[in-house]
Amino acid sequence: MRKNVPLFPEQASTLAGEVDALYLTFLGISVFFGLLVAGLVIFFAIRFRRRSPDEIGRPEKAGILLEIIWSVIPLAILLIMFAWGAKVYVEAFRPPGNAVEYFVTAKQWMWKFQHPQGNREINVLHVPLGQPIRLTMTSEDVIHSFFVPAFRVKADVLPGRYTTVWFEASKVGTFHLFCAEYCGAEHSVMGGDIVVMNPADYELWLAGRDSGPSVVASGEELFRVKACNTCHRPDSATLAPILHGIFGEEAEFQDGSTQIVDENYIRESILNPTAKLVKGYKPLMPTYKGQLTEEEVLQLIGYIKSLASDATESQGTVPASGSPALDSDEG
Amino acid sequence: MSDTVTTPARRRNYLNADYGIKSWLLTQDHKRIAILYLVSITFFFVLGGVMAALIRVELATPLGDMVEPDTYNRLFTAHGVLMVFLFLIPSIPAVLGNFLIPLMIGAKDLAFPKLNLGSWYVYNLGAVLMVVALLRGGTDTGWTFYTPYSSTFADSEVILTALGAFVVGFSSIMTGLNFIVTIHRMRAPGLTWFRLPLFVWAHYGTSLIQILGTPVVAIAILLVAAERLLHIGIFDPALGGDPVLFQHLFWFYSHPAVYIMILPSMGVISELITAFSRKRIFGYKFVAFSSLAIAVLGFLVWGHHLFVSSQSIYAGLIFSVLSMLVAVPSAVKTFNWTATLYQGSISWQTPMIYALGFIGLFVIGGLTGTMLATLGIDMHVHDTYFVVAHFHYIMVGGAIMAYLGGLHFWWPKITGRMYSVFWSRISAGLIFFGFNLTFFPQFLLGYMGMPRRYHAYPEEFQILNVLSSAGATILGVGYLLPLIYFTWSMRYGERASDNPWGAYGLEWETSSPPPTFNFDEPPVVTTEAYDYLAMRDKRVA
Repeated sequence: MRKNVPLFPEQASTLAGEVDALYLTFLGISVFFGLLVAGLVIFFAIRFRRRSPDEIGRPEKAGILLEIIWSVIPLAILLIMFAWGAKVYVEAFRPPGNAVEYFVTAKQWMWKFQHPQGNREINVLHVPLGQPIRLTMTSEDVIHSFFVPAFRVKADVLPGRYTTVWFEASKVGTFHLFCAEYCGAEHSVMGGDIVVMNPADYELWLAGRDSGPSVVASGEELFRVKACNTCHRPDSATLAPILHGIFGEEAEFQDGSTQIVDENYIRESILNPTAKLVKGYKPLMPTYKGQLTEEEVLQLIGYIKSLASDATESQGTVPASGSPALDSDEG
Repeated sequence: MSDTVTTPARRRNYLNADYGIKSWLLTQDHKRIAILYLVSITFFFVLGGVMAALIRVELATPLGDMVEPDTYNRLFTAHGVLMVFLFLIPSIPAVLGNFLIPLMIGAKDLAFPKLNLGSWYVYNLGAVLMVVALLRGGTDTGWTFYTPYSSTFADSEVILTALGAFVVGFSSIMTGLNFIVTIHRMRAPGLTWFRLPLFVWAHYGTSLIQILGTPVVAIAILLVAAERLLHIGIFDPALGGDPVLFQHLFWFYSHPAVYIMILPSMGVISELITAFSRKRIFGYKFVAFSSLAIAVLGFLVWGHHLFVSSQSIYAGLIFSVLSMLVAVPSAVKTFNWTATLYQGSISWQTPMIYALGFIGLFVIGGLTGTMLATLGIDMHVHDTYFVVAHFHYIMVGGAIMAYLGGLHFWWPKITGRMYSVFWSRISAGLIFFGFNLTFFPQFLLGYMGMPRRYHAYPEEFQILNVLSSAGATILGVGYLLPLIYFTWSMRYGERASDNPWGAYGLEWETSSPPPTFNFDEPPVVTTEAYDYLAMRDKRVA
C-alpha cells in the first residue's frame, strides 16, 4: 500500500505535471462558472420569491447582446482549453527520438513485458529514471488498456495491431499499473507495478539476472529458423525485397499506392503477405499466421528495425512513429 | 377513481372513461399509454436500482468479497442495460412526452395512436428478452458490448440481451416518428412553431435523434450477432475484422443517445422554470434552437469516446473541438434559465426544487464533460471513475431529476390528485444530498486513477468509495419516498384543480385529469408562449 492517502495522484513522469496544470486550470474555470451560476440561481430564487399568490413575474425583452456574450465567452474559453489539451495529447502520443523501445503483450489477464536487452517480466516492469521509454503494445485476445495513473498515460492495447505510448519516469518508486478497458472476469486484478529505478540500480538489476538473448538477437535467430533469410537476403533483391533500411521508408505496391513501413505494416506482411505486394514481386511468400507467437512477431519486427542501411544498432535511431494507431490502414 | 361514487357529479375523464384490464391493454389513448409506460419503466428503474445497490455494497470494501468477479460484471452490465435502454431512453419521452405533447399542442391524440400502443408492446417484448437473458445468468460485456470481447470471448447471454436492445430500439423509433408527425400536423389553430412550449421543441430534437441514430446501433448489434453466431469476421482481428469499428458504430448511436436522455429533461426544466417564475422564458428562440443544435452536433462527436483507442491523433483533434462546440448550446440554455429567474415570481414548490437542483447538477455534469472532451485530460481520466461520475451527473443528476421534477409538476394533471408537500420536499432534499454524496467522490477517485468496472481496488481508494456507498443509501431512500407518496396520493390525495400551479400552457386549460379526447372545445391559441400577462388579463376579463 502507498504511504500517503491523498486526494490527488502522485506525479511520477515528465508528463504528469503538464496534465495536472491543464486539469487544475480547467477545474478553476469550472469552479468559477459553477459558483457563478449556483450563486445567481440561489440569489434570484430568494430575492424574487413569490410574495402573493397571484403575483406574476415581470417579463423583459430578450437581450440579443446577452445571448451573444454568453455564447461567445464560453466558446472562446473552450477553444483555448481545446488547444492546450491538444498540445499535451500530441506530446503524449509522439515519443521523442531517443526513446528506448520496450514490448508489451497483454492477454486475459496479465501483462507481459520484454526489455530491449531481452529480459522478460510478467505484471511488473522495471524501468530506469529519466529515460524516455516507448512501449509497443499488442494483445493476444481482447482489448486491454495500459494505464499508469502516476504517469498520466493511457493507451488501449488491441489484438491484431500495435499501439504505442511513451513516458519518462521522473520519480523513483513503485506505481500502479491498471488495465483500464474492461476485459472480462479478472479485469480488476489485471494490474501490476511499474518500478522506477535509478539508472545505476536498473543496470545492476539487469545484470543480476539472466536476460537471455536480446530482442534483436531473438529476432535474428527466428529470421534464420523460419527461413526468412532464404529469400530476404541482404545481397540480392531477386526473390524478395531487401529489408535493410526499409523501416521508416516508403514502400510502393503493385497498385501504385504507397505506405510508410512501420510496425503494423511489417506485422501485416508477415501474417498476411499478399495483402500488399511490393511493386515488382510475385506473391511467393507463405503466411506465418499461426506459426509465430505475438512475442515472436515483435522480435522479428525488432530485428528488421535493427537492419538500418548502415547495419548499426537501431535503438534510438528509429524514427518516432506518428500516431497511437501507427496508422495501419488495412484494406 | 374509487371516489366516483362519493362525488357523482365528477365529470368523465380518461381514467374513469372505462374500467377493466382490457380497456388499458388495448387503449389507444396517449394518456393511458403514458401510464402503461410509467408502470413498465418504474419496474425497471427499481430493478436497475437494486443492481446499483449491490454494486455499491460490494465496493464498500477494497477486496472483492461479496460476490464473484463474474457476478459483479453481470451486475454492472445489467444495471447499465436496464437503466439506459429500459428506463432513461423511454423515461421522459414515453411517459411525460406521450401524455403531454397532444395536450400541449391542443390535439386529441398523437398522430398514430395504434403505433403508439404498438411501441409499448415492442418495448415490452424487448424488455422480456432482456429479463430472460438476466434469468439465464445475465450478460458480462458491460452495456457497451465492446468487441471482440462481446463477439468472440464472452461466455454469457450476449445475443439475447443485445437482441432485447435491438427490439427496444424500434419502440423508440416508433415514438419519435409519432412525435414528429404530430408536432408537424396537429398543432391547434394559432399555435405557430414559435409559440410551441419548449418541452415540445426539445422532444422534436429528441425524435430526430431517435429516428436517425437508432438504426445504426441496430446495425451494430446485428453485426455482433453475425460474428458471434456465424463467425463472419467483422470485429475480431483473428477473423480478419477490426475491433475498433464496433466502437465507432456503437458510439455513433450511443453518444446521440445521451442527448435522447438529456434533451427531453432540458425541455421539462424550461417548463418548470417558467411556470414557477410565472414569466416568459428568457431567450425563447435561443433555447428552442439550442435543442436542435444539440441534436445535430450530437451526431458529430462520437469519436471523443475513442481518444485512447488507437484512433489517429488527427481524428482526436477534430472530435475534441466538435465536442467543445456541443457544449455551447447547453451553456446557452443554462444561462437563459438563470436569466428567467431574474425578476420572476419564484415559488419554491417541489417541482421547482427539482428544477433548481437540476441546474446545479447539470452545470457540474456539463463542465466535467468539457474536461473529458479535452484531449490532454481525457487520456488520464478516460475509463476511470471520473467518467462514471460525469455521466451520472448528466443521467441521474440531470435526466432523473428532471423526470421526477416533471412528474411532480404534472402529477395533478395526470391523476387529478395532489401529493404530500412535506414528504415531496423531504425526498427532493434527500435525493439532492444523497446524489452528490454518491457521485462527487467518484470524480476524485477517477482523477486518482481508479478504473471503472473494477470489482476490487487498492486500499487507498476505500475512503472515497465508502462515502459513495453511504450516499447511495440516502439516494435510495430518496427514491423510495415518491414511490410511496405518489401511490398513496392516487387514492387519498387531495383533488387537484385544473391548474393548481397557476401555470401557462394548454395542458392546464383542460380539466384534471383530462377527458379522453383532451379538450371539450378545440383550443385556439392567440398568445405567445408563456405569456403570463395575457393570461392574467384574460382571467380578469
